[in-house]
Amino acid sequence: MRLVGRVPEPVAFCGDDIEVTPCPEGPMLVRGADAVRDGAGELHPTTRPVVAVCACDRSQRMPWCDGTHKVLRRRQ
Amino acid sequence: MLLPQTRGPLSEAVVAGLAGHRSFDVATLSRAVQELPAGTDLLTDDDFHLALWMLYELHYHDFEGVDPDLEWDPDVLHVRRLLEGPFEAELRRRCEPHVAETLAAEGELPERLFALTESFEGPSVAKFVHRKATLEQFLELMVQRSIYHLKESDPHSWVIPRITGKPKAALVELQYDEYGGGRPDRLHATMFGDSLEGCGLDRRYGAYVDRVPGYTLASNNAMSLLGLHRRLRGAAMGHLGAFEATSSLPCRKFAGGVRRLGLPEVVATYFDEHVEADAVHEQLAFRDICGELVRTGQAEERDVVLGVTVCLLMDAVAGDRMLAAWEAGRSTLRAGSAGSPQTLPAPSSGPRGVHRAVAS
Repeated sequence: MRLVGRVPEPVAFCGDDIEVTPCPEGPMLVRGADAVRDGAGELHPTTRPVVAVCACDRSQRMPWCDGTHKVLRRRQ
Repeated sequence: MLLPQTRGPLSEAVVAGLAGHRSFDVATLSRAVQELPAGTDLLTDDDFHLALWMLYELHYHDFEGVDPDLEWDPDVLHVRRLLEGPFEAELRRRCEPHVAETLAAEGELPERLFALTESFEGPSVAKFVHRKATLEQFLELMVQRSIYHLKESDPHSWVIPRITGKPKAALVELQYDEYGGGRPDRLHATMFGDSLEGCGLDRRYGAYVDRVPGYTLASNNAMSLLGLHRRLRGAAMGHLGAFEATSSLPCRKFAGGVRRLGLPEVVATYFDEHVEADAVHEQLAFRDICGELVRTGQAEERDVVLGVTVCLLMDAVAGDRMLAAWEAGRSTLRAGSAGSPQTLPAPSSGPRGVHRAVAS
């Protein structure tokens, strides 16, 4: 598993060849994951080649990014 | 699909030429374009954009009774260029203030592109649909969207062979997701068809062309214009980025509206899928495609910003008109023609006791 940049705990990714790319002020792009395990230990499977995992902790579709970070940015 | 009903001299001449009733009268069409009535809005005109839409559509799908070889007929291409020229010039003119501002701004290109999409003034059709739209108004929205979403993502795929390296890999990665990741039932265009069906609407490609106004055809034409010209590849990818970056949050609102109206879950599923998918796609498009195209010298920054602005502008033009119609109690659709139904059908399973006919 290759990590690019910081990955906020306690999210974990399941897969053989995973690449994580954090986006400035945005989500983490994760390539090669079969599933994401959230802080509560629940496993969220995916079949997308690349997924955006929430990094602002405010998504309404956790653990996936739903664009909420943009709303937060506007309110700042 | 069938050739559409004509809307004026330009679309009449194009239909006659495509149907083979007479050859393309390039001289007359050329004069008609040069002598467009003063005040013709090249971003919304019905006749102009129907004519151009038919010519672009030759590159996507069949019209019944039209020789497919006309796609590369020199006269057809000549006429297409006559219409594209003024349309592109008008898009550039209307976009220029935003383009200049974004080019002059500080920061990395992807950040400036996100900032442009977030600051662009435009009405929120999604907010209206979330809170207020009636079932009839929502069905109109689906009809309007059917022109593009039944070929969702196709206009941006023209760019794949025209770029290379990381942006190409990212574009294909994005499109693979749009095209269902290998599962035909997850093709976004197919999922949109399923949601049309869930609304009781016709899912056949082009079924509603006669009902949609010029501004909807124009926003489709803008995508084909950018996609079909290699020189505009940067703008096509900017358009893609803006399209994706203005999708996640609105789709959440659309899904909320769908559930408020009590439509079948298959309709909401389409919008749910886009909340999640487009949160990925906007990052891919602005960072790995647009940012990298410019960084590697495969596209000009100005072109990318132009494409972003074209998407935002066309969206605002359409949104303004749709909301104005709804707020005045009017339909956004054109009256059904003699051969087409005057009302949109009722959803197969929706809320009971709701009047579902859509006035034309």
